Amino acid sequence: MQYRKLTVVTGHYGAGKTNFSVNLALDIAKDGNKCNVIDLDIVNPYFRTADFEKLFNEKGIGIFAPVYANTNLDIPSLNIPLESLLQSGSHIVIDVGGDDEGAKALGRFAPLINSFGDTDILYVINKYRYLTKDAADTAALLREIEESGSVRCTGIVNNSTLGGETDLDDVISSLSFAEEVSRLTGLPIAATCAIDGAMPANAPAPYIVKRYVRNIWEK
Amino acid sequence: MAEKSLMKGNEALAEAALRAGCKCFFGYPITPQTEIAAYLSKRMPKVGGVFLQAESEVAAINMVYGCAGSGIRCMTSSSSPGISLKSEGISYIAGADLPCVIIDVMRGGPGLGGIQPSQADYYQITKGVGHGDYHIIVLAPSSVQEMADCVTKAFDLADKYRMPAVVLADGLLGQMMEPVAFDDAEIVMSDASNKPWAANGHKNKRQHNIINSLYLQAPELERTVRERYERYKQVEATETQAVADYCEDADIVVVAYGSTARLAKSAVDEARKQGIKAGVFRPVTLYPFPVKELNEAVKSAKKVLTVEMSMGQMIDDVKLAINCSRPVEFFGRTGGVIPAPAEILEKIKEMGGND
Repeated sequence: MQYRKLTVVTGHYGAGKTNFSVNLALDIAKDGNKCNVIDLDIVNPYFRTADFEKLFNEKGIGIFAPVYANTNLDIPSLNIPLESLLQSGSHIVIDVGGDDEGAKALGRFAPLINSFGDTDILYVINKYRYLTKDAADTAALLREIEESGSVRCTGIVNNSTLGGETDLDDVISSLSFAEEVSRLTGLPIAATCAIDGAMPANAPAPYIVKRYVRNIWEK
Repeated sequence: MAEKSLMKGNEALAEAALRAGCKCFFGYPITPQTEIAAYLSKRMPKVGGVFLQAESEVAAINMVYGCAGSGIRCMTSSSSPGISLKSEGISYIAGADLPCVIIDVMRGGPGLGGIQPSQADYYQITKGVGHGDYHIIVLAPSSVQEMADCVTKAFDLADKYRMPAVVLADGLLGQMMEPVAFDDAEIVMSDASNKPWAANGHKNKRQHNIINSLYLQAPELERTVRERYERYKQVEATETQAVADYCEDADIVVVAYGSTARLAKSAVDEARKQGIKAGVFRPVTLYPFPVKELNEAVKSAKKVLTVEMSMGQMIDDVKLAINCSRPVEFFGRTGGVIPAPAEILEKIKEMGGND
């Protein structure tokens, strides 16, 4: 997919922001770009981008996470050098925690993000998440996230997935949902995510992804 | 069944409680189960229920005690250290013959331990949690769908036998996401109908009901305990549940519950591919322990392997259940470390799975 220097990934809790962020970072690096990933998730104790440190190291991708991420300490201490990373000229993917609560962590960085020109702020949606099945609820949550994070989103990522069970029909039936959210929010669809083989022919901005976030018994 | 949704284990526990008519939730946050409270704080007011964050775990369980006494379906949830705090209240609830549901999403211990998944509270939960002669029903799901189903079942069994029921999960189950389906039925909040014992106001139309666990005369207390144990006999005879996979011809039967059973299944699938006759036995009810089902499952087995995220606790119940008729070995990781399927497979091979 098309990407800018700075990509901020927001969305409903569990919509698939981390899996999207990991895919995007790997693609940015594959294109020969220097890329840094910032795990800004202060909500989720497990299943987060910091889990992919080894993979990122292999691909030369930098990872910045809350100081105590993936330890036994439940303290969201954010020691993240965003300003110097932005000045370094590298590409940056920021994986934000879910909902308006998670977006709170963005607030501190909002002045930097909002004054940096080459930016996409994406809103990841998933039709199959229980509390955002309804396009109106999904659109309402966007405003709460923007309010909480002091940012304005620029595009929608349709990441409608049921995890490992997702098939072509599931993605097809999510297209009208994404269109409706797009209409209600006035935001363009920046990507439609699906695994290889499940991408509808008429999907807007198709983006084939891999499932990196899995359960240990699926590995 | 309705359309599937993608849910976190903790969210599924919470939504299932609403759908079972749980009208009141009293909780106190602790990782890795806080999503239950966060979810219900948003959903409860929309369906006419009560969400209350208490000042402590002790307060929350005593609110459950009071609410259960009025005959309304109610629930609390916590994780290991928080359950320890609730133990006194759970004993009182059991002693007063009240139904309620308690969710425990286990984390590493002892002490403050850690926030990563664990099964080191098996002894605590299956032996009643608090003081005194009593049992509580313990259900151990191993998928997000089953987490939802177990909550429904826990409410039903709690009402049927007038005793607390626990849904025992661990941090991995609580945090992971899987598809889940709920039926389309409208959410109906519970009331005290069909609960003639409920202390919900006699309106001068009947004798008043008393909710109590204090007995001044020893023989009277003994009588109530014995009556309760008659009910437990019925629970043990009729409510056991377990799932056995590839056990019919297995040389080695792996016994595991909860998320560990998923890991064990993955190891056994690989063992079968390599020509090793291994099977998995997964207790769904931990109390009542599925004694009959386990004995059936190990019929052809030469050895039994118990796998747990602990130093070995359920292994005692496994040995008792099969009366030590076969050697029972153990493999486990603890402190929040998750056993890898490859490690379990290695242990199966070490036990002579290649013979």
